[in-house]
Amino acid sequence: MSQSAPPAASIFRRHFRHFLLLTAVTVLGLVGCKPSDGSGAGSGTGAIKVGEFASLTGNEAAFGRSSHQGTVLAVEEINAAGGVLGRQLELITEDNQSKQDESATAVKKLISRDKVVAVLGEVASGRSLEAAPICQQYKIPQISPSSTNPKVTQMGDYIFRVCFIDPFQGTVMAKFAQSTLKAKKVAVLTDVGAPYSVGLATFFKERFVGDGGEIVAEQKFTNTDKDFKAQLTAIKSVAPDAVFVPAYYSQVTLIVLQARELGITVPFFGGDGWEAPELLQGSGSGEALEGCYFSTHFSPDQDSPRAKEFVKSYEAKYGAKPDAMAALGYDSALLLADAIRRAGVAEPTQIRDMLAQTKDFDGVSGMMTLDADRNARKSAVIIGIRDGKFVYKETVNP
Amino acid sequence: MKHPGARRWLLVAMAVAVGLGWAQDRLDPYFVDILTRIAINITLAVSLNLINGHAGQFSLGHAGFMGIGAYTAAAMTLFAAPHVLPGGAGGWLLGMWFLVALMAAGGMAALSGLVVGAPSLRLKGDYLAIVTLGFGQIIAVIFRNIEPLGGALGLQGIPARTNLAWAYGAAALTVYVVTALVNSTYGRGFLATHDDEVAAESMGMNTTRYKIVAFVVGSFFAGVAGGLAGHFTLSINPRGFDFNRSIEIVVMVIVGGMGRTMGVILAAALLTLLPEALRMLSGLSPSLRWVGETRPLLYSILLISLMLLRPQGLFAWKRKGTVS
Amino acid sequence: MSEFIQQLINGLSVGAMYALIAIGYTLVYGVLRFINFAHSDVFMVGSFTGLYAGRAFTQASWAGGVTVMLVSMLACAVLGIVIERVAYKPLRSRSKLTVLITAIGVSMLLQNVAQLVFGTNQQAFPDTLPATTFQLGKLVVSSKDLVVLGFTLCLLGGLEYIVLKTRIGTAMRAVSFNPQAAALMGIPIDRIISFTFGLGSALAAAGGFLWAYKFPRIDPFMGVAPGLTAFVAAVLGGIGNITGAALGGLMLGVIETMVKGSRWSTWTEAIAFVLLILVLLFKPAGLLGRVQAEKV
Repeated sequence: MSQSAPPAASIFRRHFRHFLLLTAVTVLGLVGCKPSDGSGAGSGTGAIKVGEFASLTGNEAAFGRSSHQGTVLAVEEINAAGGVLGRQLELITEDNQSKQDESATAVKKLISRDKVVAVLGEVASGRSLEAAPICQQYKIPQISPSSTNPKVTQMGDYIFRVCFIDPFQGTVMAKFAQSTLKAKKVAVLTDVGAPYSVGLATFFKERFVGDGGEIVAEQKFTNTDKDFKAQLTAIKSVAPDAVFVPAYYSQVTLIVLQARELGITVPFFGGDGWEAPELLQGSGSGEALEGCYFSTHFSPDQDSPRAKEFVKSYEAKYGAKPDAMAALGYDSALLLADAIRRAGVAEPTQIRDMLAQTKDFDGVSGMMTLDADRNARKSAVIIGIRDGKFVYKETVNP
Repeated sequence: MKHPGARRWLLVAMAVAVGLGWAQDRLDPYFVDILTRIAINITLAVSLNLINGHAGQFSLGHAGFMGIGAYTAAAMTLFAAPHVLPGGAGGWLLGMWFLVALMAAGGMAALSGLVVGAPSLRLKGDYLAIVTLGFGQIIAVIFRNIEPLGGALGLQGIPARTNLAWAYGAAALTVYVVTALVNSTYGRGFLATHDDEVAAESMGMNTTRYKIVAFVVGSFFAGVAGGLAGHFTLSINPRGFDFNRSIEIVVMVIVGGMGRTMGVILAAALLTLLPEALRMLSGLSPSLRWVGETRPLLYSILLISLMLLRPQGLFAWKRKGTVS
Repeated sequence: MSEFIQQLINGLSVGAMYALIAIGYTLVYGVLRFINFAHSDVFMVGSFTGLYAGRAFTQASWAGGVTVMLVSMLACAVLGIVIERVAYKPLRSRSKLTVLITAIGVSMLLQNVAQLVFGTNQQAFPDTLPATTFQLGKLVVSSKDLVVLGFTLCLLGGLEYIVLKTRIGTAMRAVSFNPQAAALMGIPIDRIISFTFGLGSALAAAGGFLWAYKFPRIDPFMGVAPGLTAFVAAVLGGIGNITGAALGGLMLGVIETMVKGSRWSTWTEAIAFVLLILVLLFKPAGLLGRVQAEKV
């Protein structure tokens, strides 16, 4: 039937002329689009443009939206108070659909089209790592609110973050397991699909074993899992004193509920991925998680006036208590505004220099100082679960 | 390969690619980004079109081959290069090494294509789709389990080697090879396999062999595209080559019209531009903000409408003299 | 040994739900010969319907739970029929590929609409059925596992009855066997296909309800992973074959659980597909499928 069809090459030849024309026109058009110098956002008197890339849709939108809401709130408050250097902040947000390969494009757009002076984002370390080489290349400072993997800021001297990193968090929880939980034998349950989880588990194990503890079981799952009974059955058979689960809240509740069903009664503990009101939602979740602990950046119950104020305004705007992601999203914008103020000019290189010198910055998630590796040195908060509520337990200083 | 005309156009396309590479630094980086992604998607879509369109098979695992290429090429530049290249090697040598890395990427992908294809291409239709889908899943799990390749976090710090010249050069080469292959005497076998497999078989043709050749060649270029993509995004991880990525490529082929190379090229360009156009649109004014937030929704509605209204593909012009 | 039996119980309970979803794939494939990619999202809608319907009951009770499940099943049956009428029926004479792509489009559409309607955050599913745990020596059995297994068996029994003993079931089998001949015999093909979609979607909804009851955290993307496994189960058992789908589901549930509990747990996601590829290579029609010669 296809014998009479012309060879594809002739179609190719016939239309290639058009294709070439199209390409030529596009290229000409693009050359015209070359960003003109001098109209940069640094000078001028209009709004200071700040870029944000976030996962507002897709699989991990829950985290992305929390963080984004915090950032939006911060920008609104800064603007209501008269802006920075007498100019308003204009937040330009790009969604990456929680997908790979979208963040770099979004950030290039923010830098070259919108001419932002700095970029805020992202929650997930994987996607922060996609944007970082771009920000570094164009010398635009990037502040990640809550990517805790150490690699992120290693991408270059323009990359910062307002959260602590996983080695610190791992150390905090290893010490906590030994001193407060009095655990000698710990089982670890890791989400191998999440770099965050794998990293945190590694740092925890290093420290815990180094301090004389014993890891009696290492079980693994992936981020789409809902059924953990297989891993938990294996954990139950080695009878640990406690179980370390460095995972996201979306799975932690299910894990602990199923563990209790199987008759595992020891405490579970984890990192900042646990932090979300959703952790305790639903019947039985509170009881199951009773006596469990996690480390995080921020607690709404913290006794700091700054935090209290933030919780109040966040609740007024969104009708819900802020989680750690929201607090860090808020802090990332706040720190940027502070750096611009200190620089005295909205110019990327000078903002970078000021960011690098950040010392004792009073954020809602705590006092922070950026160290030589551009990571925030700040205290971690340990939160326990009592009577179905998050209860502030202690603050651990670096 | 008796198409001097096609070869001439290949040369022209190559020249354009080199020109683009030269102009790269003078262009807006955001547009360079989009142009590069268009070229990579053209390479992917045209090579998948050889399998899905011309040879009539249905692969849902093209991103898996792309992933193999991306990891191979990244390993070549990150791990192998320091041992092979003298310290302080110049631009020319780095470029040559990138070419070697891309060839290795294509080679590894083609090899995997052979391993997957040889046993499974005996299966028909849906089953092949399922096996290739499964292959894509398995590849992601394998990458995640190989610690030296970064596990779930993947590889970072891949040097930026891909520019417009490389990207469009590869796209032009892919288009040329696929077109020349399909139009060769040998390539008639693809069409016969596509049009009526049973009839072709009863004429004494070894349809399985044609399918394997299409699969291996298609995989090769998917691997090259992966190598380019890795040296363009500068970081890769297993999730970037999952089922969703494969579907994106399949959609380009379907929208362009199965077996229509020109249509597929246009579709690849259009579908890469579309989300960015919507992004631009939503940036124009706050009242258009919703466009950005509903991008994925609009995409799915577009896809369904297209299938209902123009299932032969958006750019499938009538084939002259075709009896259907 | 007790650990092995415990894992077996864990596996069967998940496998039962895979079986319910797998049957939906198989039913549709039986009459229309295409993979309904949107099926796993109908499963998700089933869960969310259960979430909203469940709010009508403040107390966990058997009557309430069963009512909620029936409401979900009904809602999703309607959804399934609508999807078929709007998106698939106009394409019936087109190539299978076109339908497949449309199904992928419908799947994406459902996920995105769900994000807009239900929100992107995970939601807690209310306890709609009473739950306790039983201790048998070293073994622990949650009543949830027994409920899931029991409900699945009832639903499978009901399905067998419909397919084998009723007029409409006979018509379904006829359409599946040879649509043209069935049409010539005066069987209303369109209505049978609609019914099949409704039936498959209702089972997916039941699966979604039970899934949410056992794993009380639901989100718009929850269907993707179990959907893929269930789909593999359907092919493994021999697509188009109801018993095969149920068997495939149970098998995959048990095997996955065994792998998850072992040292090789990081390979779990691959195991279903490795198994599938092996089966297809040696027994291309699946475990219980019949090999059909291609008609020219």
